[in-house]
Amino acid sequence: MAYSEKVIDHYENPRNVGSFDKNDPSIATGMVGAPACGDVMKLQLKIDDKGIISDAKFKTYGCGSAIASSSLVTEWVKGKSIEEAQALSNTEIAEELALPPVKIHCSILAEDAIKAAIEDYKSKSSN
Amino acid sequence: MRYFDLFDLPVQFDVDLLTLQDRFRSIQKQVHPDKFANGSDQQKLLAVQQASEVNDAYETLKSPLNRAEYMVAEHGHDVKHEQETIKDGAFLMQQMELREELEDLESSNDPEQALDVFYSDIKKLIKLYTDEFNVNFDKQEYKLAAMSVKKLRFIYKLKSEAEALEDKLLDY
Ligand code: FES
Repeated sequence: MAYSEKVIDHYENPRNVGSFDKNDPSIATGMVGAPACGDVMKLQLKIDDKGIISDAKFKTYGCGSAIASSSLVTEWVKGKSIEEAQALSNTEIAEELALPPVKIHCSILAEDAIKAAIEDYKSKSSN
Repeated sequence: MRYFDLFDLPVQFDVDLLTLQDRFRSIQKQVHPDKFANGSDQQKLLAVQQASEVNDAYETLKSPLNRAEYMVAEHGHDVKHEQETIKDGAFLMQQMELREELEDLESSNDPEQALDVFYSDIKKLIKLYTDEFNVNFDKQEYKLAAMSVKKLRFIYKLKSEAEALEDKLLDY
């Protein structure tokens, strides 16, 4: 299958790969997996006290589209508020990367990873 | 066509593979398209269809993962549904760590030995979640049973990645 140029770029030079300490109170961690393909993704957000995402990192064991999707969203969410990040949809990711229909679920993984991270943040800060 | 009925087996995860194979072979003979060489086009077409269905049924029940998937699918749970994600943090964290471990394994001092250890860990996980599936299925908790099968899909994926690495190591 042919990957778009943007996918290849993010795949070959993924941005923000790595991990933050998940026990740090300013770090929110989202873990998701797709049973259909068995791929897993971890997305972490560093959130300041004003609720702004100052940094993001990811680690994905999955296909090129999943890696590209997670790499892309780590760039997108930086500087955004939690609400803005929450509103991000997989369609925007899929469009930006020109993903074919069979690869849509890979971008859903990235969307759900952000949502899971935000949930983690909320449960952490309500404690 | 219900797969377990076809081979006259009870609907349960534990399948005697030899019995399955025997029954498969005898049914296969009955529906073999060659038997209808002199039949009508209609009959031939039907035979081909039946033969392929019987093959599918056999392949499904033969493999433990496919069998478990089929069992929950019969109760309306499609574990391979494309758009669905799971969010069980503890389970996924472990899966992430195992993938990291597998990644590092290649550069370890004795990769083959490390791979052996890795395989035995995977085997334990397969047993753990297969048992969990069985318990849930027996209790007719099909949603929970489907969750166990979903987790098994991640573990089997890991296993096939370990096998790919093993092939690579043996090539040296
Ligand atoms: S194929 Fe699994 S995330 Fe793309």
